[in-house]
Amino acid sequence: MIKNADQIFVLLQHWIMSFFPSVLQPIVGVLLAVVTIICVFPALFAIAVLLERKGLGRMQNRFGPNRVGPLGILQPVADGLKSLTKEDIVPTSADAVVHFLAPVFLVVVVFMGYAVLPMGRNMTLVNMDAGLLFFFAMGASTELSVFMAGWSSRNKYSLLGAMRAVAQMISYEVPLLLSSLVVVMMTGSMNLGRIVDAQNQYSWGLPHWYIFTPWGFAAFLLYAIATTAESNRSPFDLPEGESELVAGYFTEYSGFKFALFFLGEYVGMLSVSGLGTTLFLGGWSAPFSFLTWVPSWIWFFGKVMMSICVFIWLRGTLPRMRQDQLMNFAWKFVLPLSLLNVFVAALWRFLGDGWARWGVCSAILLVAYFVMAKVGMKSEHFGPRSYRYAE
Amino acid sequence: MTIVFYVIAAITVAGALAAMLLKNTVHCALALTVAFAGLAIQFLELDAQFAGFAQILVYIGAVAILVVFAILLTRGSETPKEGVFSKTWLAGLAIAAMVFAVLSWAVLNSTSSLPGDSPKPTVSVLEIGNALMGRYVLPLEIVAVLLTSALIGAVIVAKHEKGSAK
Amino acid sequence: MGHVTALQGYLLLAALLFAIGLAGALTRRNAILVLIGIELMLNAANLNLIAFWRYGPHPEALTGMMFAIFSIAVAAAEAAVGLGLVIHIYRFTQTTDLDQMNRMKG
Repeated sequence: MIKNADQIFVLLQHWIMSFFPSVLQPIVGVLLAVVTIICVFPALFAIAVLLERKGLGRMQNRFGPNRVGPLGILQPVADGLKSLTKEDIVPTSADAVVHFLAPVFLVVVVFMGYAVLPMGRNMTLVNMDAGLLFFFAMGASTELSVFMAGWSSRNKYSLLGAMRAVAQMISYEVPLLLSSLVVVMMTGSMNLGRIVDAQNQYSWGLPHWYIFTPWGFAAFLLYAIATTAESNRSPFDLPEGESELVAGYFTEYSGFKFALFFLGEYVGMLSVSGLGTTLFLGGWSAPFSFLTWVPSWIWFFGKVMMSICVFIWLRGTLPRMRQDQLMNFAWKFVLPLSLLNVFVAALWRFLGDGWARWGVCSAILLVAYFVMAKVGMKSEHFGPRSYRYAE
Repeated sequence: MTIVFYVIAAITVAGALAAMLLKNTVHCALALTVAFAGLAIQFLELDAQFAGFAQILVYIGAVAILVVFAILLTRGSETPKEGVFSKTWLAGLAIAAMVFAVLSWAVLNSTSSLPGDSPKPTVSVLEIGNALMGRYVLPLEIVAVLLTSALIGAVIVAKHEKGSAK
Repeated sequence: MGHVTALQGYLLLAALLFAIGLAGALTRRNAILVLIGIELMLNAANLNLIAFWRYGPHPEALTGMMFAIFSIAVAAAEAAVGLGLVIHIYRFTQTTDLDQMNRMKG
């Protein structure tokens, strides 16, 4: 019974597939999985938006949406209907073809990333050998759609927002890849299923998640910073800083195309959360060995939604950075630390089992962190903010 | 030759042609990404998964972005009034056509000793990694040095020096 | 001739892409587009390498694949330095038109 609950979606897929002739079965199976992904993640997007608006409201001492439906939980439906019925305006001087293609390309690429995420036991759409590389290839392609949107709008705010976004995404892609690299080094595989399997072991009832190692913890933090920047979330939301750039690269978008950008941003956030979960938080494995009876997909989606809550919490807490702080932070703090972390992970591997490696690796990372933070806080580039008020 | 090959080949060639023929430089760069993506899919068709994804990551994720950055930094998206093709375009076209004629003649007329349809090679990423760290470790290190020096060199070359520029 | 094998198909495609890239590199005025043409030619060569790897006698030796991977890495370096140079030249001459870059002095 419990086993069936774990595999319920897989069994359902096979049950539906059994109605088709055997020639069509593989195609039907893939189609079913794709349709499920395309339905589930926009639903999660709606939940995430509601959670964000309610949560931010709570953090800022206001109510948040509370008019549509009980406690305002139908707000995403109202937003969706509104964006569908609004007029779709294309500026007269805009490059119409590129302007149209940008949001479509973004959404397609963002959804492709889900193809390799293991969302539960036996719940991977394509179990490729180079899954992680595929995910990053798709993630890197989103930059192009951001550029297309900003450039084709023929608007200075759009273009500035796009240039900021692309520069930021390129800068943070380096630490993103380096922080994921340590997991590949430890597992010896780029297959995300294997990475989860390697973490799905328990000693003394505790899981072997990579976050519970010094290098894994450091990599997780670096990964979290890099993905926050990649998905243009606060405190790295300069590309769409309202006070400076109206809405950044999608200023000139309205109606459904705007909704597609919004969807692309949140679905991208969900996908990087899913990857972070897979790499560091054990994917679909349970946090304690006595909880392994809970279906694996509950753990995966639970961890993803927890990550979304952290994103919202960060947005509610941290002020926006300045452009130079952002770049200096990427190249002078995050990048050296992630390079050092690769070295520490190699050291961990060669120090062998025992407690010595815990001490050595933690000490190296902590000392590096404190030294760099100390030096960094002294420099004017990313030190504390100084405010000057008008006299 | 499968139908997939022909469709992807047509898209790739169309992208490449558009990249070389369009007037607006940014359109050229965007058309170029179509050609890159088509080539990546061809790599996947050839069972070279790793190379295909590396192609997408490097070319679409980095090179295409670099190109559009360079175009915007040099005001390249404005079409010059003298036209987009150089004065010696006819000679260039003739040379390219001759190169293609010679290459295709060589390809079509040479008898290959290779079997027409070899079995699908199964190469895992692990094997590629082992090869990179074993047999090809020296080239790998040289590429690492090259990339580092290219990074530093590009920064120095493109850096704005106060007073030196007009 | 009529029958084209798979390997020949890929080689012909690569030759066509190479020719297109060459034509672009030789005829365009804009220096950035010349670089784009060179990138296309490099890519065509990569396709050749991968095709020979796939249909060659020893795919497990990975020679062609490795060559292509290194070539991708080198092409990235080439693009970065090339575009850096173009931007630097643009600072001096305010143009990317190769027909106007006819002075040896900066």
